[in-house]
Amino acid sequence: MFMIGIILNFFVGRVAYMLWKKVLLHKVETEVLLKMYKIVNQQKIGENLALLDVQAPQIAQKAKAGQFVIVRIAEKGERIPLTIADFDREKGTITLIFQEVGRTTQRMALLKTGDNILDLVGPLGEPTHLANFGTVVCIGGGVGIAPIYPIAKALKECGNKVISIIGARCQNLLFWEDKMRDVSDELFIATDDGSVGQKGFVTDVLKQLMADNKLDKVWAIGPMVMMKAVAQVTKPTQIDTIVSLNPIMVDGTGMCGACRVQVGDETKFACVDGPEFDGHLVDFDLAMRRLSYYKDEEKRALAQKECQGGGCGCH
Amino acid sequence: MSLKIPRNPMPAQDPGKRAKNFQEVALGYDENTAVLEAQRCLNCKKPLCMQGCPVEVDIPDFIIEVAKGDLKKAAEIIKGKNSLPAVCGRVCPQESQCEKFCILGKKHEPVAIGRLERFVADWEAKQEAEEVYPPEATGKKVAVVGAGPAGLTCAGDLAKLGHEVTVFEALHTPGGVLMYGIPEFRLPKDVVRREIEYIKKLGVKFENNSVIGKLFTVDELLEEGFNAVFVGTGAGLPYFMKIPGENLNGVYSANEFLTRTNLMCAYDFPNSCTPIKAGQKVAVIGAGNVAMDSARTALRLGAEESYIVYRRSESEMPARHEEIEHAEEEGVKFLLLTSPVEFKGNANGNLESMVCIRYELGEPDASGRRKPIAIPGSEFEMEIDNVVMAIGQGPNPLVPTSTPGLKLTKWGNIVADEETGQTAQDGVFAGGDIVTGAATVILAMGAGKKAAKAIHQYLAK
Ligand SMILES: Cc1cc2nc3c(=O)[nH]c(=O)nc-3n(C[C@H](O)[C@H](O)[C@H](O)COP(=O)(O)OP(=O)(O)OC[C@H]3O[C@@H](n4cnc5c(N)ncnc54)[C@H](O)[C@@H]3O)c2cc1C
Ligand SMILES: Cc1cc2nc3c(=O)[nH]c(=O)nc-3n(C[C@H](O)[C@H](O)[C@H](O)COP(=O)(O)OP(=O)(O)OC[C@H]3O[C@@H](n4cnc5c(N)ncnc54)[C@H](O)[C@@H]3O)c2cc1C
Ligand code: SF4
Ligand code: FES
Repeated sequence: MFMIGIILNFFVGRVAYMLWKKVLLHKVETEVLLKMYKIVNQQKIGENLALLDVQAPQIAQKAKAGQFVIVRIAEKGERIPLTIADFDREKGTITLIFQEVGRTTQRMALLKTGDNILDLVGPLGEPTHLANFGTVVCIGGGVGIAPIYPIAKALKECGNKVISIIGARCQNLLFWEDKMRDVSDELFIATDDGSVGQKGFVTDVLKQLMADNKLDKVWAIGPMVMMKAVAQVTKPTQIDTIVSLNPIMVDGTGMCGACRVQVGDETKFACVDGPEFDGHLVDFDLAMRRLSYYKDEEKRALAQKECQGGGCGCH
Repeated sequence: MSLKIPRNPMPAQDPGKRAKNFQEVALGYDENTAVLEAQRCLNCKKPLCMQGCPVEVDIPDFIIEVAKGDLKKAAEIIKGKNSLPAVCGRVCPQESQCEKFCILGKKHEPVAIGRLERFVADWEAKQEAEEVYPPEATGKKVAVVGAGPAGLTCAGDLAKLGHEVTVFEALHTPGGVLMYGIPEFRLPKDVVRREIEYIKKLGVKFENNSVIGKLFTVDELLEEGFNAVFVGTGAGLPYFMKIPGENLNGVYSANEFLTRTNLMCAYDFPNSCTPIKAGQKVAVIGAGNVAMDSARTALRLGAEESYIVYRRSESEMPARHEEIEHAEEEGVKFLLLTSPVEFKGNANGNLESMVCIRYELGEPDASGRRKPIAIPGSEFEMEIDNVVMAIGQGPNPLVPTSTPGLKLTKWGNIVADEETGQTAQDGVFAGGDIVTGAATVILAMGAGKKAAKAIHQYLAK
């Protein structure tokens, strides 16, 4: 009986492998011809929040929870990192969710279904380390709900008990409540103004959970201040806490060092060593200061928005 | 006759003016000057210059044609050995290669081989492009990883032999360091694009935005039907000094500083979308070509003072002589026998000053250069707005660590045969900076060429 099992297993595995190879090979060939990253679905999902489903079969094939892509939407455009919020290997699409905060993301919000993204590279970064840890908490703050979703989903698939907390300033900034509920054993919502869920911060919910449960691991993704606060809450009881850092990047392949972050006494390149790191070791203050280095330039860039075509390739 | 003609200087933009623009510094010979310079060549029976050229361009043969005025023939001769002559004519360290061996250099000055090579390549670029007829297809597929000079040369040569070649490049543009590192004022990007267009015409396919090790591994490329893989991923990992304050805002790696400026066109901000900062006072740490490029770039971005800070002395500076001279003419200042020990910043985390220590030279070290020794108590502090680290680069680990069949050196470079590029893994070849560590364009091209030959033989098996 056992032997048959092994043999059967072997054949099933073999066939699956060959099929996979065929699909991959086919994808390589077709994408070589159509290396265009077509937007197949564009949606507004909140105040200054947009979602894009983009055709990128090669990336969809390889993407894992925790990874990101770098996007460029025009000649002379900036390269900006965005998390792979979801992927569909069958359809060959990946999902990007972004907040309009500056010139590139505002221009990106003007793209429509059917438009193409000029450059899309990925999957980049180290995937989330997955295992059955027991009871885990996944915290997504603001646009950080997008990157926490695939992690919660993958952790659930690994057999963890997943408790999720999503939060935002107000209801208009909250999204994917249903999707998060689907991959969580329990879901909590917190808003600053109490417009939906509990009034308060995600850390308030976390503190309650810590009092009532034995938690084995925490993931927190969101604004730097939120991740810092979560790490401070879990530090005294030493609950493993993973955060995903979002420093300014250029190439995303370890070539420039723009994305350096301080983790313990080591300097790491977030694009290749991360973006996930041990929240108890990250120097958040340094990371926040580094994020604000180009504040003046970002303002100038926004002022430039109205420029009349010509040399400006950013339209 | 020939001995009476002095070596013709390279016409260049005025230093005061050029230090403020990104246009090419060296303007190139005109035809009369080129012919005159070519007439200096003695046309030696045993041309020593060729020994100095890593790809063995038929130097005297092409120079004779220039002297005769048959530029088309001259171009054909060069292209027979060198597929990127407009690039090499500009950035090869000729003084330590071909021109170093030129017999005229013994008593007089060597023939200006590089300038002639550039002249011929630029002349050719202005002519009507000739049809390129692809050779008969062999049906073999080769993947080239990395579109720097090593990968481009290997791809071009394999395509000429009838193989189907696909180049996988991580960035959104092919060219490697030629595009993102070496500045426009030394190597105009149109020159690089032209050379890449030629390689495309040979039938090579380019897959940009493809990070091998992430999107596919080398093993997957082989499984998916490529018969061989060439890895030319360069030395793209920037080193830092690991001293306090290095992560302050305003401390750049040379790669970041140059990539923002060149590849992302930050000099044109806010017309382009990527910003860069070069304050009034910029210090570049290091004294190689990368450092000179950074210091000169800083001036062009508007810095009032640009310093080269180097812990050895003038004679140990590894940059090309010509680059050091150009930097000096443009007003770059040299702080030699000096190195930073700490960077200090303000409350916003922005760099404000650096503490340096002075050095003196001791006994020669393993590299044969005199070892710099710090002088205790010689620390001093200077105000500074930006620092650019140009102290060297290592191999990018993405391909090496995702390809278990490869053998690596203790620095993480790929071990490959010098003559063939063969690595420890069957069907996988490598060359350029990923094998040798940071070197030169022409050595990377030479490695790509040798590997193409070896891959051709491997595919015939
Ligand atoms: C690994 C990674 C994953 C990311 N995933 C997402 C995502 O899924 N969705 C999303 O909306 N954003 C994500 N970001 C942030 C996103 O890259 C920035 O919002 C974007 O680069 C802003 O570009 P801009 O030109 O529109 O704004 P800019 O004009 O460049 O900046 C405007 C504002 O955004 C801040 N900012 C600039 N760059 C970044 C950055 N890299 N990260 C955070 N803030 C930044 C600036 O401090 C400034 O306040 C991610 C960043 C990283 C590093
Ligand atoms: C600022 C600067 C100035 C220089 N000046 C001179 C000079 O004047 N003269 C001279 O001879 N030499 C000079 N050099 C050195 C010379 O440029 C290099 O030796 C040469 O470019 C090496 O060629 P390569 O093909 O090995 O690698 P590179 O030119 O580094 O190209 C490697 C390519 O591989 C890509 N890549 C990396 N990893 C991956 C991956 N995982 N998947 C896909 N693609 C990948 C990279 O994006 C890059 O495009 C200079 C270098 C620098 C940085
Ligand atoms: S390729 Fe370089 S070394 Fe060879 S002849 Fe030309 S300039 Fe000299
Ligand atoms: S973004 Fe350049 S090294 Fe990380």
